Amino acid sequence: MTQELSKFDRIIERYERSEESLLAILQDYQREFQYVPEEGMRRLSEVMGVPLSKLYAMATFYKALSLVPRGRHTIKVCTGTACHLKGAPQILETLERELRVKRNGTTEDGEFTLECVNCVGACAMAPVILVDEVYHGQNRPSKVMDIIKKQVGS
Amino acid sequence: MGTINSIEELDRYRQKLAAAVKPNLPTVLVCFGTGCQANGSRLVAEAFTEVIKEQGLQVNVNLGIKTTGCHGFCENGPLVVLRPQDILYLKVKPEDVPEIVEESVKGGRIVQRLVYQDKVTGEQVAHYNEIPFYKHQLRIALRHIGTIDPTSIDDYILAGGYAGLAKALTMRPEDIITEVERSGLRGRGGAGFPTGTKWRSCAAVQSDVRYVMCNGDEGDPGAFMDRSIMEGDPHAVIEGMIIGAYAVGSHQGYIYVRDEYPLAVRNLSIAIEAAREKGLLGKNILGSGFSFDIKIIRGGGAFVCGESSALMRSVEGNVGEPRAKYIRSVERGLYNKPTVLNNVETWANVPEIILKGADWYASMGTEGSKGTKVFSLVGKVNNTGLVEVPMGISIRELVENIGGGIQGGKKFKAVQTGGPSGGCIPERLADLPIDFDSLTKAGSMMGSGGIIVMDEDTCMVDVAKYFTGFLVEESCGKCTPCRDGLPRMLDLLTDITEGRGTEEHLAMLEELCDLLTWGALCGLGTSAANPVLSTIRYFRDEYEAHIKDKKCPAGVCKALITYSIDPEACTGCRLCAKNCPQTCITGERKKPHVIDVSRCIRCGVCKDVCPYDAVRVS
Repeated sequence: MTQELSKFDRIIERYERSEESLLAILQDYQREFQYVPEEGMRRLSEVMGVPLSKLYAMATFYKALSLVPRGRHTIKVCTGTACHLKGAPQILETLERELRVKRNGTTEDGEFTLECVNCVGACAMAPVILVDEVYHGQNRPSKVMDIIKKQVGS
Repeated sequence: MGTINSIEELDRYRQKLAAAVKPNLPTVLVCFGTGCQANGSRLVAEAFTEVIKEQGLQVNVNLGIKTTGCHGFCENGPLVVLRPQDILYLKVKPEDVPEIVEESVKGGRIVQRLVYQDKVTGEQVAHYNEIPFYKHQLRIALRHIGTIDPTSIDDYILAGGYAGLAKALTMRPEDIITEVERSGLRGRGGAGFPTGTKWRSCAAVQSDVRYVMCNGDEGDPGAFMDRSIMEGDPHAVIEGMIIGAYAVGSHQGYIYVRDEYPLAVRNLSIAIEAAREKGLLGKNILGSGFSFDIKIIRGGGAFVCGESSALMRSVEGNVGEPRAKYIRSVERGLYNKPTVLNNVETWANVPEIILKGADWYASMGTEGSKGTKVFSLVGKVNNTGLVEVPMGISIRELVENIGGGIQGGKKFKAVQTGGPSGGCIPERLADLPIDFDSLTKAGSMMGSGGIIVMDEDTCMVDVAKYFTGFLVEESCGKCTPCRDGLPRMLDLLTDITEGRGTEEHLAMLEELCDLLTWGALCGLGTSAANPVLSTIRYFRDEYEAHIKDKKCPAGVCKALITYSIDPEACTGCRLCAKNCPQTCITGERKKPHVIDVSRCIRCGVCKDVCPYDAVRVS
């Protein structure tokens, strides 16, 4: 348990003891653990002297934060307007069907999390997907699985 | 060199940098914007470095490589610009590099197959400024993007950076505010509030502490100019903020950047650090006695945080919920102190306005909207990307001259502007000049400048449903009209797109729109009905086709369409049958195939893979 705690403390220590740092710390949790662990929020609440309920409110409000672990690979389908017009719904459906997972869900084997994101600002390359933060543009339903397989090597 | 302690020192430093530049030295610029990186520009840059190193032994070619921010022509990336000739090469692959070095860098000749080709006339254009996409542009906010290395403060200073700040520091703060007022600059983030007025109100409030903030939470889908500026010219934003802070008397600034923009966070952080080292941020800036510093806050992926009061709550370390607008943030903003919050593009304009004067800026644009505006021209148009043009250009000029017309020779139907708070403007109003007031009058708004072009294959009811769905998800849930009204609107729109719509659906939709416009708490809520209202206003016939005829004229709404194969066009290549996830396409090789409509899930894969365009949607 101590080891677990120090894991959180290492992140907390990077920032000033100010409420301004709360969101950044929760985001670092997310990056490090692929989710925001409850113990991490408890520790943060203790160190900063803020109620746990406030951290829970933040963790559920901000889309970048998740209370359940995400898969090893995250696939983000951009569903911004330009991508929507250029076929993002078909890309999303294809992925839901092929990966057997619904949007914002994680595959049973914990391999992939499928998410939607509202515009990644790469509209000129629509429709866009991000596989572990790597951008792929001009996607087509028939090719999108190959792109993912090629990148993650499975 | 360490800190720059005075305005004179800054000038001397710039001269020193200029003296070190070798004129006529060939330069290769490889775009390192998000789009080009996705298309592999890093490998292209590596190939250049390698070829130059190899050949450097045999031939004496002096070559500087710079990695730049986004040129805006992302669809054609990776982009490579050769200087001094200003040749632009598109879609460059690492294997093209030896030829470019041999032919262009050493030989001064043009590699024809890599230059821009007009999709309509077939004409080839090699020089950057002659390409229609760039020819009609006037770049102020984007002035350095694509020509300087955003991670090098020296590059920025050499290009005239921080000269606006130097001039501002010799002016009285109130004169700076007057200058910005006279320039007619209005906020580029959406609402178009006059920037100078905002500054004056903030400066007038009695307070020991004031804040200046930059809204980099670019949330409107379809707009990415702020990302491009933060990534490609971060010092322009920082310089603008220092000037603003000096004018209103603030010593602490914040930049709130969207979580989805990691490269922007990185480049801004590098720039802030470099500005501190040079004494352009921190204590006693350029020896003026004025102190100011900037902190970056990463957003958490919530659309509502682009709203000013929600953004401030988020910076304070709270859930980002807006508050009622009768308390103005220039009086009580961040931590209840007077705060100036401007958008990225607005800040990037400020140094140029100070440097070149209000009259220069006000000479461009229209009566009520001065200067230029960056638009992200995306959707069903041939040339997509970021363009900066004077205010008042018509929608048609933008789509046809700069955008090169509609893709695939299809019919231009509408443009959507202003993101989820904006609306759709039909083709018949395309001669409308684009400025803050005319767009609002047409039932849309400027928003952050996303121009999404729609063609005959776009269903306007689906577009309205798309935006409403977006807003349902992004509503913060604080006020009832937005939290509960939007989901009811989505239900109604879903009914219509799935063939269950009646005349009452339309009437009820209009009633709910009215409720939102008058009853919601924040700007996002009160404008949330615009996508529905504007599509009903201009495309009522499409709604009626869905309701009365149970048809989707554009062939988009899944419940109302069927896929079939045109036996005339089908060659029986079997590609569709092989790819169909339902295996519901049958037929013999080299004979027309047939789709079993009862099992078809309308996924569109057959249409996507068909090389003969034989799949029909009706």
